Amino acid sequence: MRAIQEQNAFIMEARELNRLIETLAEKGYETIGPTVQQGAILYGHVGSAGDLPAGWSDQQGPGTYRVSENGDSSFFGYVVGPNSGKSFLHPSRETLMQASRKGDLLEFVDDPAPPERYALIGLRPCDVKAIEIQDRVLLEGLYVDRKYKERRDLLFIVTVNCAKPGGTCFCTSMGSGPAADSGYDLALTELNDDRGHRFLVEVGSDSGSELVAALTTKQATAADIDSAGRQADDAAEAISKSIDTTGLREQLYDSLDSPYWEKIGARCLACTNCTMVCPTCFCTNVQDVSDLAGNSAERIQIWDSCFNAEFSGLHGGSVRQSIHSRYRQWMTHKLASWEDQFDTLGCVGCGRCITWCPVGIDITEEANTIRKRAGQLAGTVEDAP
Amino acid sequence: MANNRPKLAVFKFASCDGCQLSLLDCEDELLAVAGKVHIAHFPEASRESVRGPYDVTLVEGSITTPDDVERIQKIRRRSKMLVTIGACATSGGIQALRNFRDVKEFTSIVYAHPEYIRTLETSTAIADHIPVDFELRGCPVNKYQLIEVLNAMLWGRKPQIESGSVCVECKRRGTVCVMVAQGMACLGPVTHAGCGAICPAYNRGCYGCFGPQETANMDPLSEKLAGLGVLATNIARLYSTFNAGAEPFEKARRQVEATNN
Repeated sequence: MRAIQEQNAFIMEARELNRLIETLAEKGYETIGPTVQQGAILYGHVGSAGDLPAGWSDQQGPGTYRVSENGDSSFFGYVVGPNSGKSFLHPSRETLMQASRKGDLLEFVDDPAPPERYALIGLRPCDVKAIEIQDRVLLEGLYVDRKYKERRDLLFIVTVNCAKPGGTCFCTSMGSGPAADSGYDLALTELNDDRGHRFLVEVGSDSGSELVAALTTKQATAADIDSAGRQADDAAEAISKSIDTTGLREQLYDSLDSPYWEKIGARCLACTNCTMVCPTCFCTNVQDVSDLAGNSAERIQIWDSCFNAEFSGLHGGSVRQSIHSRYRQWMTHKLASWEDQFDTLGCVGCGRCITWCPVGIDITEEANTIRKRAGQLAGTVEDAP
Repeated sequence: MANNRPKLAVFKFASCDGCQLSLLDCEDELLAVAGKVHIAHFPEASRESVRGPYDVTLVEGSITTPDDVERIQKIRRRSKMLVTIGACATSGGIQALRNFRDVKEFTSIVYAHPEYIRTLETSTAIADHIPVDFELRGCPVNKYQLIEVLNAMLWGRKPQIESGSVCVECKRRGTVCVMVAQGMACLGPVTHAGCGAICPAYNRGCYGCFGPQETANMDPLSEKLAGLGVLATNIARLYSTFNAGAEPFEKARRQVEATNN
């Protein structure tokens, strides 16, 4: 069972959640949390606890997602929807620079808008881990993404540990859940049992501690801590998907020429959905646009994907013409070369790429199949699934 | 002054005029366009018709008559840059449905005197007949993309037109996938981006107006649609609209029909 430090854990009544949201708003945060929109649970603006999806849950499987009302009073009875912290910290479209002609000179303007000050409420532990991974990529490398950094520096994270996994979750394989151990300001565990509807609150930072001081809480008892720990254990137990990551990197590198990639490629639509919903995928394209008169120009950064041909376009065409070579690039980056680049895997096991793949290609199954075939090795590959 | 500006011409073949009207629909940008180019031939907009050569020529519509076959050659000879606009010009349009049927039978039913009709057996894309500098997709084309192409041609740069799927556009704008979350039939994964994913944003599946994306993998989508309970005849119909003559759509339709028979 997970170790929760008693002196660092508080109990907050469920009704106090509204106060938590309001206090963050009063402190100047734009409060973002789960909401029911377009038949899904999406992170969006929440003004009060009334905007949260109380009583809603989701059912997920490869290529399928549905939400339903279950009548429960829990605020966080769902798993994850299609968007994540990425939509806010590393948005799909960003103006990097504007220039306009002033006589014979060009005047360059940096985006004058101040950075957004987000409080992300209800992020799942896998999504918190995803932000840590994006930090490595966008903050800790050779080049710092300035706008990401500005938002990241101001960010407040309230994570909510998972009580029940979804049908495509595999966070336990990636060490990113179902409960968070770092990366948050506050971590909540929603407890809704015969001892009442309440939250166990763990403090992860000074600003988290400051916020708790403004709320009505009491010290958590050993029984509360036990319930929270048990809930996380049960959630971990209920996860049905897994990837064995031991030696996976080497096995993927050894399998680059496997004919199995073509079998995946035959099923893959190259639609980019897996990369768009992935909370760690960070790739972008940069477009320079100008007006007809030639008086002003903008440089815009937009989400791109390794499943687009142009993504690997060099002089003379795309390096990855075939769909299978794009899938191979994506999976080996997530589960192997990401480690070489950023010293961590690029996957948090949130399952979004499985759920939101229109044809339900399952990275856990495919990685395990590649492993199995690598184990059986050359000659007998035709017998593998 | 007019002589210093690049000459723009707009020509029409078999089509509904909707794509060239997208240029007139530009409203806010139209004056800027008119200020930047000399509209030398554009019968929908101006009575003035100046002879070529033209710096940029926009061609709408598909090739459907023996006369078209000759006329497009002449237009090409008079054009420095030639851009085809719309589903008709880039894949043969809805009228490419004739490619799969007996055209003589059609003319005998439709016209009182079919002997006066000189038409081809097929409706084909402009690029099937002449070299084309850029193809802009859509039924109709997106007016912002049209301006971007004109802009790029005028400034001698590459047009910023993406050739991936509509799914990219849904995800960028935050539209939840209607196929995954609601089980709706949607052609988004195989369809060329450009419209901005309008239909899913209004809670409908994509109709494929922009034709196949750069690497459209049709068979898995056909299987998915069948799995959602869409009848084979209806899957075939989804592939037989404005871009019925585009090769991936046509092949997929034949495949679905063959499997069904």
